[in-house]
Amino acid sequence: MKATCSFVLWALILFGISSPIKSQSNPIAFKGAHIIPISGSPIDNGVLVVQNGEIVSVGDSNTKIPSNADIVDVTGKVIMPGLVDTHSHIGEGDGGDRSSSLHPDVRILDAIDPRSDTFKKALAGGLTSVNVMPGSGHLMSGQTVYLKLRKANTVEEMLLVIDEENNIYGGMKMANGTNPIGNGAPPRPGTRAKSAAMVRELFVKAQNYQQKIVAAEGDESKLPPRDLQMEALVQILEGKRTVHNHTHRHDDILTAIRLSQEFGYKVVLHHVSEAWKVADEIAAAGVPASIITLDSFGGKLEAIDFSNKNAVALEKAGVMVGFHTDDYITDSRMFLRSAAMGVREGMSREKALEAVTIANAKMMDIDDRVGTLEKGKDADFIILTGDPFSVYSHVEQTWIEGLKVWDRDNPEDREYSTGGYEIFRGFETNHHLDGE
Amino acid sequence: MIMKLFKTTILGLISIFCISTASAQIAVKAEKLYTSAGDPIINGVVLIKNGKIDRVGAQSSVRIPSDYEVFEAAVVTPGLIDAHTVVGLAGHYNQPHDQDQLETSSAIQPELRAIDAYNAREELVGHLRSLGVTTVHTGHGPGALISGQTMIVKTRGNTVDEGVLVPAKMLAFTMGDMMNSNIKKPGTRSKGVAMLRENLIKAQAYLEKRNSDNPAVKDLGMDALADLLEGKLTAMVTVHRANDIMTTIRLQEEFGFPMVIDGAAEAYLILDEIKESGHPVFVHAPMLRATGESKNASMETAAKLQGAGIPFAFQSGFEGYVPKTRVVLFEAAIAVANGLNHDVAIEKLTIDAAKLLGIDKQVGSLEKGKDADLVLYNGDPFEYITNVTHVFIDGTLAN
Repeated sequence: MKATCSFVLWALILFGISSPIKSQSNPIAFKGAHIIPISGSPIDNGVLVVQNGEIVSVGDSNTKIPSNADIVDVTGKVIMPGLVDTHSHIGEGDGGDRSSSLHPDVRILDAIDPRSDTFKKALAGGLTSVNVMPGSGHLMSGQTVYLKLRKANTVEEMLLVIDEENNIYGGMKMANGTNPIGNGAPPRPGTRAKSAAMVRELFVKAQNYQQKIVAAEGDESKLPPRDLQMEALVQILEGKRTVHNHTHRHDDILTAIRLSQEFGYKVVLHHVSEAWKVADEIAAAGVPASIITLDSFGGKLEAIDFSNKNAVALEKAGVMVGFHTDDYITDSRMFLRSAAMGVREGMSREKALEAVTIANAKMMDIDDRVGTLEKGKDADFIILTGDPFSVYSHVEQTWIEGLKVWDRDNPEDREYSTGGYEIFRGFETNHHLDGE
Repeated sequence: MIMKLFKTTILGLISIFCISTASAQIAVKAEKLYTSAGDPIINGVVLIKNGKIDRVGAQSSVRIPSDYEVFEAAVVTPGLIDAHTVVGLAGHYNQPHDQDQLETSSAIQPELRAIDAYNAREELVGHLRSLGVTTVHTGHGPGALISGQTMIVKTRGNTVDEGVLVPAKMLAFTMGDMMNSNIKKPGTRSKGVAMLRENLIKAQAYLEKRNSDNPAVKDLGMDALADLLEGKLTAMVTVHRANDIMTTIRLQEEFGFPMVIDGAAEAYLILDEIKESGHPVFVHAPMLRATGESKNASMETAAKLQGAGIPFAFQSGFEGYVPKTRVVLFEAAIAVANGLNHDVAIEKLTIDAAKLLGIDKQVGSLEKGKDADLVLYNGDPFEYITNVTHVFIDGTLAN
């Protein structure tokens, strides 16, 4: 009797647990597509095999397909890595409030709504990894969060943890230029020079905190009291956390670089509207640029010299360049269009493809897991109906870690691809216009 | 008498000769020539003489005179027409000094004229021109019940007078919850409609008096509304929600003025009703941000309007931030990617927009005698990576 019970128990456990695992663990082979692995030349009539959420193999039609694999015929389609967005405001999060201009302790992950429709819109555009950031109304508006757009009920299920030991889930958002500048009334700075001074003062404080930790030599009694702001800043000083710096005007771009060099932190320049004026200086600093595509210049005074030629200017200067959506400034569903418009202005096709995949993964230090289709990397990929840079191509399917998370053929998903039918609810904010 | 006639003729001939030698005559060859007056012509050519289109046909049948300057392109279309924008009144700085598309001192100001505020040298006008837009219907924007008048202008010239085609074309209305926050009234939808009805009823009385032997004291606002009631102006009503579109149609039925439904994010919910009303649509930009009143905007609306047989044209609309303007060439491309027929889209951007704006005798297609407004492309006009290589306006290279 006892033996029977435990047999039933085991059967239940096996049935209950092993069947969902089996559906993920069974290899899936996608055959016949034009595969753009980014890590190498495009492959006609290629094969992509994924298993257990990872890429098992990528290659031509001779690639070995496991005998137990589910085979998906994708003849005529195009497969490329899931898109990586370095700068987005999806998820309906927030950031620092008006009590200060510097909020290194504030985490946007504590404010993300994993059920937000905006994630569906991003999946419709083929995005799989996203740096979700607080706004630009502060010198430092808070910690950003890197998300995998997995089907999730909690934000924890979406985290792209980059440092488990130190609980680092993203970078730090900083901004200079006019957005963080107020009317001179504290806590906001009134000028650009004051902005830089406030940032320097904070990092000097962090250096002092760091020295106390070093001096304690592991002796807990000698450690300074915990300080959430200082802890995050020390992570930046130690190179564990990247600064994502909103910046537009050419001189502000150079100020962002100057500060990063003074304190030796890793910085990614964001927007960089006047990059074409200082492309060589950016290249000399070895700093990557995450840029935006817009259908016209104008609308924002400090960025009126914006040009879609930034991409080609930066590429020619030798700068690592990526595109971002800044959703809702540009629509996540149009992310491939951003790169295509770079090609329109003279960027190479190869660099434009990298600029929505591996370059962005590098800027977020997640390039060991995403950004290319290579054996061992996460099985994040998109299936397109054609050339990624054609207006007529659609994202047909989006896969994350071997699971299909988006299918344009599914009517419910499709509505998010095209819009309409009251599908977009609740997302009515614009961080740029909130008076912040 | 005969001598005088002879002299006049000679002078006339001399002046014609001078004009024709002063401006070089131009031939534009295209691997694919969209004329918007029939099927595309493979290996076509357009001859331009004195700023007008002189001949259009296959290269095999049209001889290019030896002294013509020849331009070549993969694709050529007529100049594109933006059926509704605010550029020229709205500038790229986006500062109070260059934002003249909306006056917030009052909710109803039909007397405001677009020609008094249009800046022909505004860089956004040049931006649209560089992307093939040769004619814009521009003027007062959404945000007030009646924000003012619109005009039709070519995207060329140093002054408004050089480019203007129609100095006063439409009155810009806004319905629904899209009033600028600086305008105190109306506070609700129904109050807005009540205010419009009240003014239109006043205008009916004014018009009656204007047409009588004893006209009333001239009132600029009433004059404009009377022009609307007489059909000399058209109402362009920016409205997105389905119920507000129906209210707009109800208002029009009460007063009988000519009308265009503008924006129309939820048009796909009431296609039959719009079709029955007979009003054309200036459809919102397919890439319009889905937010607020337009949160149900769909990239498929243009295709659905076409499927329902509702006349429509593309617009760039109004943008309050970045990008400061959209571009109809880019917007139509997204409509094509979402179900609208490719060649139909080119007609929507050219001859169909011209018809809805009443300028189709002069622009909108490549036909003998029309203005030589042409756009040259190095590939499919709608592809992301295609560039506009040249733009001609009135036979002159404008970009």
